[in-house]
This record gives sequence, structure tokens and C-alpha cells, in this order.
Amino acid sequence: MPADPTPHGATASGAGTSGGSPQGYRPGQEGGWASGDTPQRLAQIALRDLPWEIGVAKPDPAVVVDGVTRTFGGLTAVSVDHLEIQRGGITGLIGPNGAGKTTLFNLLTGFDQPDTGTWSFNGKSLGKLSPHQVARMGVVRTFQLTKALSRLTVLQNMLLGAQDQKGESFFRALVPGTWRAQEKANTEKAMDLLQRFKLDTKKDDFAGTLSGGQRKLLEMARALMSDPQVVMLDEPMAGVNPALTQSLLGHVKDLREQGMTVIFVEHDMDVVRDISDWVVVMSAGKIIAEGPPESISQNQAVVDAYLGAHHDAPLSAEEEDQVLAEAEETIARQERSGGDVLSSDRPKNPKGTDR
Amino acid sequence: MADLLNALAVAGKSALGFQAIFFALLAIGINVQFGYAGLLNFGQIAFAMLGGFGIAISVSKWGLPFWVGVLVGILAAVVLALLLGLPTLRLRADYLAIATIATAEGLRLLFRSVSATPVTNGTRGLSAFNGDFIALAPWNTSRRYSILGTSWSGGELWVALVGWILVILGSLLVFALMRSPWGRVLKSIREDEDAVRSLGKNVYVYKMQALVLGGVFGALGGMVYAVGTGSAIPDQYQNANTFLAYAALILGGAARVLGPVIGAMLLLFILQFADTGLRLLISNGVIPEDLLSSTDVAQIRFVLVGVGLMLLLIFRPQGIFGDRREVMLDAR
Repeated sequence: MPADPTPHGATASGAGTSGGSPQGYRPGQEGGWASGDTPQRLAQIALRDLPWEIGVAKPDPAVVVDGVTRTFGGLTAVSVDHLEIQRGGITGLIGPNGAGKTTLFNLLTGFDQPDTGTWSFNGKSLGKLSPHQVARMGVVRTFQLTKALSRLTVLQNMLLGAQDQKGESFFRALVPGTWRAQEKANTEKAMDLLQRFKLDTKKDDFAGTLSGGQRKLLEMARALMSDPQVVMLDEPMAGVNPALTQSLLGHVKDLREQGMTVIFVEHDMDVVRDISDWVVVMSAGKIIAEGPPESISQNQAVVDAYLGAHHDAPLSAEEEDQVLAEAEETIARQERSGGDVLSSDRPKNPKGTDR
Repeated sequence: MADLLNALAVAGKSALGFQAIFFALLAIGINVQFGYAGLLNFGQIAFAMLGGFGIAISVSKWGLPFWVGVLVGILAAVVLALLLGLPTLRLRADYLAIATIATAEGLRLLFRSVSATPVTNGTRGLSAFNGDFIALAPWNTSRRYSILGTSWSGGELWVALVGWILVILGSLLVFALMRSPWGRVLKSIREDEDAVRSLGKNVYVYKMQALVLGGVFGALGGMVYAVGTGSAIPDQYQNANTFLAYAALILGGAARVLGPVIGAMLLLFILQFADTGLRLLISNGVIPEDLLSSTDVAQIRFVLVGVGLMLLLIFRPQGIFGDRREVMLDAR
């Protein structure tokens, strides 16, 4: 899938040295993109020359987050100083459990309100908007725990995703003539999407009868019914079998081909490396690193966040002495009361040898 | 044998009378709220009381025409739904349940209180407000008519006819709404509010619409009851009726257009048949007097309905019209 097979990790350490390709991002032109290029490649190229800095400005940001904090009692769940999400690219959001990834998603989509900060989409502020208003602006999300509407059929699930439906107003619902044509068009669109997601044979089944992976597919397809500009996927691959993961990955890449901006939370690093153009790493509510996927595994702050800061640091001389002293003390104590300690162990040993 | 036929005829009359219409309309309202939108309204009887007293107070206290009274009753129900919904519909489902159950009890106590006596006549209630309506009957309402072995007064027949027309129109309205995209949103809210929000629907507005619509059905039910009995007494509107309406809905099948209607007819049929049948068996000596006296029958029949509902939930949890696969999806 990546049009440019060169690993950017090799060049990106000297950010800015590669000088920009002729096909690259051109801020002066309309849309910024040279014609004939695939969006996937352009997002990658546009981001290639950026420094790997937290809060770095993107050439064409779709979503901008500024000084957003959210606390739950004494716990600061999210504290993001500045973050820009490149338009038309796939941005992976990773971090250990409890890093605040889902909370950030909730804040961005209106499901939660922050204590401070502003964030905007296409320059329009998203602050103080409720979830449905955010969705109507074209920012649609999926959930970590899949929310398939169990007692509706797959097709009904899909139709719910369509926007600006005339028949969804109480009084017009009573006059089928006002919404029938639109409903028919939506149904065709839904069937197209279901076909792409290989769910078309299930269209009349209750969504509650689908498998976990199929529900993930349905949720993504349903989100696409609203023709979103930004798709936020909360752990789209969690609990999905490897074969389906490949197909889901293909669908996510498709979204980028269609010019959508994708932000996704994922734990599987192979997936993140495979599809993302840019990776944002969160830990304890803060963004601790940003960069292309290749840069992340080399980043000391990221390794520390996942494995702990002292996981492989050598002990200092004092620490070593202290550990030794503790060990000696323990041994000495055991020798003093030695009989007891050993006798309690003894009865077990014969049993073990009997078997 | 003749006794049995008679008991069946009496029960059949009960299943077609204004009480069945009352429960059917209450249950249609609950079906919109609970069956389709997942809202727990445990105070449907409050809407019915506002409907009944809307007519009663308008006509006998304020001297307004009957049909203005109908409008007053409907408006009162809409206002109550808005008042209940505004603070609770943004919260979890149980808050609405608590608010409605408290309102139903509180409103009844208010209507029967001494301070409300100038308006509601307190515990004695209001009467003589349905004359205008009964006078509209195309037949002589002062004589009795015999239909299939049961005796109906002309007024009873007229209330039943208009009541069933209301039920049919209401069912058609629910049918039309639930096959529209509006109904789809409502059903989705029942399944998962957040998913619906994330797809750009204003969940709050839909829940409010469902609450108001269900409340108006409740008010219509209360009007049929008040006109049928010819009086409006606060203590007629005990909240137990709300739960009987729920029983009717579950019996017929929730989230089905005809579920509440057939459920209400069946409920009334069973109640009346158990009543007449047990009294018959006692007077014939089949059930010894010291085991069960005829004064116990009124209570025992509810026990029988309760046992029947339990059996229904065990063997046919989807009710009469429900889809078992659909109900079982929740039991995963």
C-alpha cells in the first residue's frame, strides 16, 4: 500500500534535510495537493519533513487541540497543550492503559466537557457542542465497546447513520411521501457500503446476532453512512480475529484514499506501524511523543512509558549495597529461626516425591 | 354449561368495555415510551388523571364545552410530560422512573386534598360532565341493548364505540410512526443512546417527543374512563393501574403495535372471567366456602393474573405478538 517504500526512519532523523519532493504539499495551491497524487501518499509526504516534536504544527490541520485538560477528582485524565491532526492522513493514538486516549476522544466528540481548553475542526470551535452537533459537523466516532443496536436489523443500523433525514422529524414521519425517495437513496447507499464490508447477506439479521468482529465492521460502515470528514475509531481491531483485522485495515486505508481524516486508538503496534502516517503517544494524560511510526519505537520517552523508566537502568553503588544488605539480613533471620522455616516446608517435599 | 357461557359473555363484555379501552390507551402510551424508546414511565396514571379531570373540571366547574375540556386535558398532559422530561431525560433512565412514580402519587393526593376541594371536589370527585358527549350518540341512550347475551346501556355502547375508534386511530398512528425513520431513531435510542448521539441525532428531543406522545395517549385513556364511569374521583386513579397497563403491554408484547391493545383486552377478560367463574364455583359449592369466600374473589383474581404473567414470562417472554429471537438477544 505505501507508495514510497523507503523507510522514513532513515531520513527523518535529520528532519528537513530531504528538502521536499516535487509531488509534495504545496501550501499556496488550492487544497495544497498536486493533482493525480493519492491522498495516502500526500499525507505521508507532507508529514515527512516535520520535526518529531510534541505539538508540532502540521501543514494542513483538520483538528487542532489547544490546552485541553480534564480532571476526575484529583486525577488529571487529559492534559494536552497542543495537538494538530493532519487532514487526509491516518493518525494513530497510542499509549498504555489509562493514558487518557478514550477520554480525549470523548472530549473531542462532545461526549465529555473539558475543564479548560479549546479545540476546533476546520477552524470552527467544537467547544460546548453536544455529541450530535459534533457529529453533524462531520466528525463521527466509533466506540471501544462496540455499540451495535442489537434489536435493529443490520440495514436499519446502517440507515440510522444517514444525515439530514426528512423522515426523522415527528410530523414529516407521518407523511411518507416526504421521505420515501430519500429513504430509497439511503438504502442503496447502505447496501453499497454493506457490500464493501461483506455484510450484505446479513442485512435482515438483528445486529445482536453478529459476531464481535462483524459488529466492528457494522459500526464502521454505519459511521460512514454520515459521509464524515473525520472518522475517530476507538480500538477498531480489539477482539477481532487476524483474518478480519486485515480486512478492517484495508477499510481504514480506504477511508484515507477517499480523503477522510482518520484518528484511531490502537494497542497493536504492528497495526499502528502498518497504516498510520503519524503517531501520537499519550501517557498519564499527556502527549509524550509525536512522529511518523518509525520514530516511535526509538523514542526513549515512549519506551519508558510502556516499560517503566527504570526497567533496564543499572543499579547505582548505593542501591546495590542496600539490596545486598537486605538480602543478608533476610538470610540471617532465616538461619536464626531456621528450624521453623524449614520444617514448615518439609511435609510438602515427601508428598511431591511420592508422585 | 349455561353458567359457563354466561361467565364467558360477561368476561367478553368486560374485554370490550370502556375499562379495556382505558388500559389499552394507557398501554399504547407506555408502548411508545417503554416499548420503543426505552423510557420508564411508572406514572402513566397521572396523565390519565389529568385527562379525566381536564374534562371534568372544565365542564362542571368552569362551564366550558365538552370538547374544550378534551383540549384542556390533552394540554395538561403535554405540560406534565414536559415538566417531567426537562430535568430527567438528560439523566439515566431510572431518574424518569422515580420522578413519574412520585408525580403520580403526589398528584392524586393533591387532587383529593382539602385545599383542592373547590376545584376537584376532593375525595367525592366530580360528575355530570359527560352529558354533551352522550347526547351525540346516534341511538337512544336511555334504553338497554342486548348483544350476545350481555346487556349494554346505550351510553356504554357509545363510549365503547368512540373509545375503540380512538384505539384504532392511535394504533394506526403508532404503526405509521414506527415504520418511519422517526421510529427507527426511537428504537435505536432504546438500544444505545450514545451510539445514536454519535450519529448526529438529538436524543433529548426524541425522548421528549416520545414522552409527550405517550402522555397524550394516557390522557385519552383517562378521558374514556371518566366519561365511561360518568365521574372523576381522584382515588380511581391509583397508580396500580399503571402497572396493570404494563402487565397488559407485556402480555400482548412490547414494541408491537397491537401488543397493548390485545393485551388490555385479554387482561380484562381474564380478570372478569376469574371473578365470575370463581363466584360461580363458590355458589355451586364446588369450592368450599371455608376455603375461599366470595369476598376473597376480588383479590384472588389478581393473584391468578400474577401467576399467569409469571408463566408467560417463563414460557413466552416475548408476549403474544413478540418475536422470541428479538427478546432473547438481551439474554446473552
